[in-house]
Parts: sequence; structure tokens; C-alpha cells
Amino acid sequence: MTAEARLGSVANFVDERTGAAAWMKKNLQKVFPDHWSFLLGEVALYSFVILLLSGTFLTFWFDPSQREVIYEGSYAPLEGIKMSAAYASTLHISFEVRGGLLMRQIHHWAALLFMAAIVAHLMRVFFTGAFRKPREGNWVIGIGLLTLGIVEGFLGYSLPDDLLSGTGIRIAEAIIQALPVVGSYLAYFAFGGAFPGEAFIPRIYTVHVLLLPGAFLALITVHLMLVWYQKHTQFPGPGRTEKNVVGYPLMPTYMAKAGGFFFIVFGVTAFLAAVASINPIWLYGPYTPGQISAGSQPDWYMGWLDGLVRMAPPIETAAFGHTISWNILIPGLIIPGILFTGMALYPFIEAWITGDKREHHLLDRPRNAPNRTALGAMSLTFVLVTLINGGNDIIATHFDLSINQIMWGTRFGVLILPPIAFIVTKRLCLSLQRADRELVLHGRETGTLLRLPHGEFVEVHEPISPEKAYLLTSHEQLPPLELPDVDGRGVKRAGVLKNKIRARLNKAHVESVPKVSATELKEIEHH
Amino acid sequence: MANEIESIKDPGLPAHVHRKADTDPAAARRAERQVATMFLISAAGTVLLIASYFFIPDDLFVFIPVMGNQNAHQLGLGLGMAISLFFIGLGAIHWAKTLMPDTEVVAQRHEFRSPDSERQEFVDAVKEGAAASGLGRRTLIKKSLFASLGLSALSPLILLRDLGPLPGKELEKTTWASGTYLVTDPGNRRISASDLEVGAVAQVLPEIADPEHRKLSDIAKDAVLLIRLRPEEFNLEPDRLAMTHEGIIAFSKICSHMGCAVALYEQQTKHLLCPCHQSTFDVTRAAKVIFGPSARPLPQLDITTDADGFLIARNPFSEPVGPSFWERNSQ
Repeated sequence: MTAEARLGSVANFVDERTGAAAWMKKNLQKVFPDHWSFLLGEVALYSFVILLLSGTFLTFWFDPSQREVIYEGSYAPLEGIKMSAAYASTLHISFEVRGGLLMRQIHHWAALLFMAAIVAHLMRVFFTGAFRKPREGNWVIGIGLLTLGIVEGFLGYSLPDDLLSGTGIRIAEAIIQALPVVGSYLAYFAFGGAFPGEAFIPRIYTVHVLLLPGAFLALITVHLMLVWYQKHTQFPGPGRTEKNVVGYPLMPTYMAKAGGFFFIVFGVTAFLAAVASINPIWLYGPYTPGQISAGSQPDWYMGWLDGLVRMAPPIETAAFGHTISWNILIPGLIIPGILFTGMALYPFIEAWITGDKREHHLLDRPRNAPNRTALGAMSLTFVLVTLINGGNDIIATHFDLSINQIMWGTRFGVLILPPIAFIVTKRLCLSLQRADRELVLHGRETGTLLRLPHGEFVEVHEPISPEKAYLLTSHEQLPPLELPDVDGRGVKRAGVLKNKIRARLNKAHVESVPKVSATELKEIEHH
Repeated sequence: MANEIESIKDPGLPAHVHRKADTDPAAARRAERQVATMFLISAAGTVLLIASYFFIPDDLFVFIPVMGNQNAHQLGLGLGMAISLFFIGLGAIHWAKTLMPDTEVVAQRHEFRSPDSERQEFVDAVKEGAAASGLGRRTLIKKSLFASLGLSALSPLILLRDLGPLPGKELEKTTWASGTYLVTDPGNRRISASDLEVGAVAQVLPEIADPEHRKLSDIAKDAVLLIRLRPEEFNLEPDRLAMTHEGIIAFSKICSHMGCAVALYEQQTKHLLCPCHQSTFDVTRAAKVIFGPSARPLPQLDITTDADGFLIARNPFSEPVGPSFWERNSQ
């Protein structure tokens, strides 16, 4: 049988039982737009697959138990030391299982890459406005995945039960314990009694390898099905409209590119794992609550939370025989809660501000949405300042600085710098819009100087291509919403304050430099 | 939406530019050879992985410039795997970019909103279904159903009750009692005042009958730090000064912020620093918080000596150690 005939018989077998031929044909020719920034989400997806594969390997030897054992493995410095079976089995994977250390390092590097890719993907989606209708739901799922990723990563690096990760668990326990009314009960339930006990690692192991990966799989499936069904967004440009999608068909081009890219991500992760040591738990020693190592640092995606906790002012309320630890609750729960809720709701907030109920499939250039871009820059600045404070001890020792000064600097910085970032970014966006306008009207500066007969020097400008001119002017500029406080009959509306806030936000949101119109361009060409 | 100004016209998709391999068969053959070469490099990577697994001993170290001494076994495995995967990917992408069609295709989008008639039919179907079930009319069924659904949600909560015991007063208690001997950790030896020189620090635990099986959950509350200063260096209230012994002062080592071990002692400034969140405590002023997020001083242990000169606790801790919790009476 020829290859074609074999393929035909398989296709026949499937189609006679499912009638899938028409659906398959349509979807194999599905068009995917191409842009490097669309690969960020792919990196996250592929890292997840790498995590599943390498994680499965690790489960074959890892013993998730806090039972006390005496170490008798091949790593001499810990010979005869009491430790948990979890820590001992992690040492076993690192030193006796061939390829075990490589797999551990692939797993950890892939986890860091997974979170980095999620954050970069989120930034791409945010700054280009890809979250707008009809994709708000998928944005919310994405925020869910980010949140789960942070938890999953934390649980993952807590499993080896080394001195560093045990310290992280101790801090998590303190956060649970700080919850008003139910805190100590929840902590005792989570740990099966007093911290650290022997129940926590087996329990988070189940959560880490079963519960959360299951949730990830379900959410990622829905996330991708929605991308598939709603079709991918595309950047603006000649021939690209809200009504079409321009790109390469799934089979063969996109399949080869995306499939190849999976191997590239896996290869790069393996390379990192081969040459760059990560989380050398044998150097930290087993966990015991009475010891600690200086420079204790969480993984990077937890660093901003740690930085927030570090910079919190020392406030507790003690009254009526009870204590509320604001120094834990505010940085550990309240601020992250506000941030993540705000992020999840942002598509709906922006739609409320703009009053825009239409579908959007063309992406915004970030400069053309100055308010949104500025808001993003502001949030990133906030997280960055807290992240810096999360590493204040490392920064202090490496750069010979005072830890107190870094802490005070970031305490003020976290309040002052984000608003500055907002203003600067917004001004930058508007300046870039002005530059675009200039470019369309007067063309590109060639660097050629021309001397006029009367002696004056001018620079020769070259008109830009019609494609470029279209790209720089194809975005739409919405007029401010008319939100009068009184209705048509002169009666005051309900919710005047809400209306005022909305009008104010709308005015800030639509602020822009007028783009060049065709009429303007024609006029200037006449001169 | 009202976009009054006339926009610049869409010039349409730019014309397709042919690649070299599209027109020149020699270039196409060259691209094919390049792709095949990458796949072969990948195969060589797999061979390296297999060879490293079986033939490079895991205690062989090689010196590599920049990277220093590296374990040859690990490095061979890792690089072999990296090469075998990376070049499959590179080959596939090169193949797609040079030889597969690169003409951009335009597909049409359709608005997701269903036609009004279909939406109406959907609403009718829902209404009809709801009416047929009689849920709206038969309020007895509705109310009892909601009540039972709500109650059934309690069962998973009830079933999780045995995850752990109730805390009771446990968070407020430690092993320390009047007369408990201070023993070194590690070492488990009783210590006398003369064992500590001025400026020295020692971690101690309460003496227990079976030190081989000391529970981590006890260490998490019992760990104590001894620091010896010259008595005149203290700046303490009389009752606190009475809790020291010959310049030796004892504090809970468990941070009053989030429970990390407060292990960094600066001899010059006599400050204790928690490496987790940098809460800083002044030893000379009864571990008063002078910096960082902690809101309370470290609890001080009242110590003295027995007849033989060994350090003992005169009293248990007078307040709970470690991080705060709701039931803690901090006044």
C-alpha cells in the first residue's frame, strides 16, 4: 500500500465513525497570524509540557514523607545526619539516579521559565489590548493560571524539605496563622497539628502533582479552545481588518513552526539545566526550625510578595485579648488580593470607561492607548520596586549598601515611583503619537542637507510608503463620551457621582494627538 | 462609531515576495541539505546522551574555561539532551521558513453574536423548559431543593475536620518550665555561665528526657538564643535585668514576625537580625524592634543557675513565642 492509500484508509476509518472530515479540513487550514510576541504564550504552554514530563520522572524516586531518616547516601558532607525522607530522596535523585540532577534542574528551570513566559504573555496581551471583547473571559482564565502558577511553584520548591524551602513554609504558616478568627485553626488543620509536623509535605505533594496540574490542564484546554474558536488577534497593517485574519495555515507551515518551537524551548531548558546549577539543596542542609541561612530568597515570582512583607510597617492591633497582624495581612493578602482582582476585572473596567461594546480583533499599538499603557507601566513599577526590596539583603551585601537605606528607599519608592511612571509613560506615548503624525505629514528625515539659493540649509524629507502611512493612521480615535448629568428632560440622573467619575476617566482615556487624515495629507502634498 | 475625519486608504496586503528557494532549485536543494544536517546534529546529540549515560563515570570532573570544574557525566547528559532537542526544533523551523508555503492567507471572521431570531428561540426554549419543570410555580420544591443543596455543601467541610487537631492553648505553650536546664544545640550538654565568653552567642534548647527524638514542632517554639554582654552594656528595666544572669540574656530565637530563626547577631551593634524580613532587635534594650516589619520584641526567657552553676530557666516564657495569632493576648 502506498503512503497515500494508507493515510486514506485511516481517514476513512475515522470519518465513517465520527464524520470529522469537514471539520478537520476546515481546521487544518485554519489561519494563524505571525508575530514574535505571539510566541510568549507558546513558551508558557511548552514549559508546562516540559514540567509534566520532567515532574513525572521525579515522582518515580521522590518520597514525599517527613518521616525522620539517617542519611547514608553518597554525598559525604551530610553522612549520618538526621533528615526527612523527602530531603533524603531528593539527595538520592541528585547524586545516585543517573540524569536525576539534570531532570531536577530541567524541572526547576522550566518552572521559572513558565512563570516568566506567563508574565511576558500577560504583558503582551495587556499592552496591545488583546483582552477586549470578545476575549475578556480568556483574560480572566489567564489571571487564574498566573495565580495557580505562583502557588504551584511555591509548593514545588517547598517539597524537598531543605533548610531554605522549610523557611518558606514557615512563612506561609505564619500568613495562615495571621488570619483573624480562624487563623490558628486553619494552620493546625493544614499542618495536622503544630508546625512543622509530619503531614504537610505529603499533603502539598498531592496538591502539587495531582490537584493543581489537573486544574492547569482544564484551564489551559479552555484557554486554547477559546483562542482557536475566537481566532487569534492580529496587529494592524495593510490588508488587515477587524473582519479578517491574515497569516499562515495550520498545516503545514504553522504546525512545523510551532512544533519546532516546542523542541527549541525544551532544548534551551535542557541546556540551562546542563550548564547552570539551580537550587543546590545539598548545600542548604535539612530543615530544622531553629536554623536558617543568611540571604534566604524565594523564587523570583514570589520575590515581590516577600519584598512587600519586608517593607510593611510594624503594625499590630492588640485589643480585647486578640491580635491582628496588619504587618502580615496587608502585604501578604490584602494588597495582592487587590492587585489580582483589579487585573482580572480590568477588561470590564476599561469597557465601562470607553463605553465600547464592539468586538476587537485588531491589536492596539501601545502608544495609541496612552492611558492603558501608562497604567501598565505603573503596575510594573510597583511590582519592580517591591521585587527589589525582596532582594534587599542580597543587594546590600553585593553592592555594599545599607539594608536600612534600601528598605526606606523602597518604602517611599513604592508610593512615589508608580505615579511618576504613569505620568512619564503617558507623556511618552503622546510624544510618540506626535512623532507618528510628523512622520506621516512630512516624511522621513534623510540626513541629506540641501542648500537653498539664498543660502539657507534644509534637511530633505522623503515621503514614507503608503503601507507605512496606513499603519500609522489606521487606529481609531474615539471622541470623549457624552455623559451629561441631566437626562433629555433636564432631570438629574441617578448616580451623578458615578457618572462624573466615568466622564473623568473617559476623558483621560481618550486623550490623544489627532492622527493625520487623508484630507490633511492631500493638502500638504499640494504645497 | 463616529469617525468624522477621512482616514487614509488601506493599500491592501503587500505583494508576496518570493524567497530564493521558491525560484532557484539549487537554493531549494541547499535548504533541504541544511535541514537534514540539523536533524543529523540532533541525532548526534542523542548519541552523546547515551554515551554519557553508560560510559562516563559520574565522579569524573573536567575543567571547562569560564564554567570551571564540571561533572562530565552530568554535562554530557545535559548537553546531549539539549542538542538532540534543540536541533530538531531548528531543523523544523528552517524547513518551514525556506521550503513550506509562505504566502499569507486571508480568512474571514464572523461576528459571534447570533441573529436575533435565534436568540429569541433560545430564550423561548429556556422559558419553556423552566415552565415545564414547574420550578417557578412549585415553590415548595424550589425552597427544599435549595436548602438541601446548601446543606450538602457542608459534608466536604465536615469530612475535612480530621485534617488536624484543634490548637487549644498549644500555640501559647513551650517546653520551658521553672528549673528546666538549658542544653546546647547541637550537643545537648548543660552549660554554665563560664562556657560563654563576653560577646559570644549560643543556641540552646530545654533539656528533655529523650533528646534523640526531639520533635521539630517543639524546636519551632523552644529554640532560645543566649547572648553574653558586659552587664553594664544593658539598658534594661529592673525586672528585665533580673531575668539575665551575669550578663547572659536569653531570647526566643523564633521571630515575633513570621517565625523564622533570628540567627544573625551583630557583635558591634548588639543587634539581632532576622534574615527573612530584616526585623532588627536591640539586645541591650530587651530585643526592642528597631527596624523592619516585626511589631513585637522577642520574648525574653528568665534564667538563673542551679547549685552546680548550670544555667536553668527560672520561669517559663511569660508570653507566647513566634508569630502573632488571633487568640494571642498581646496586652
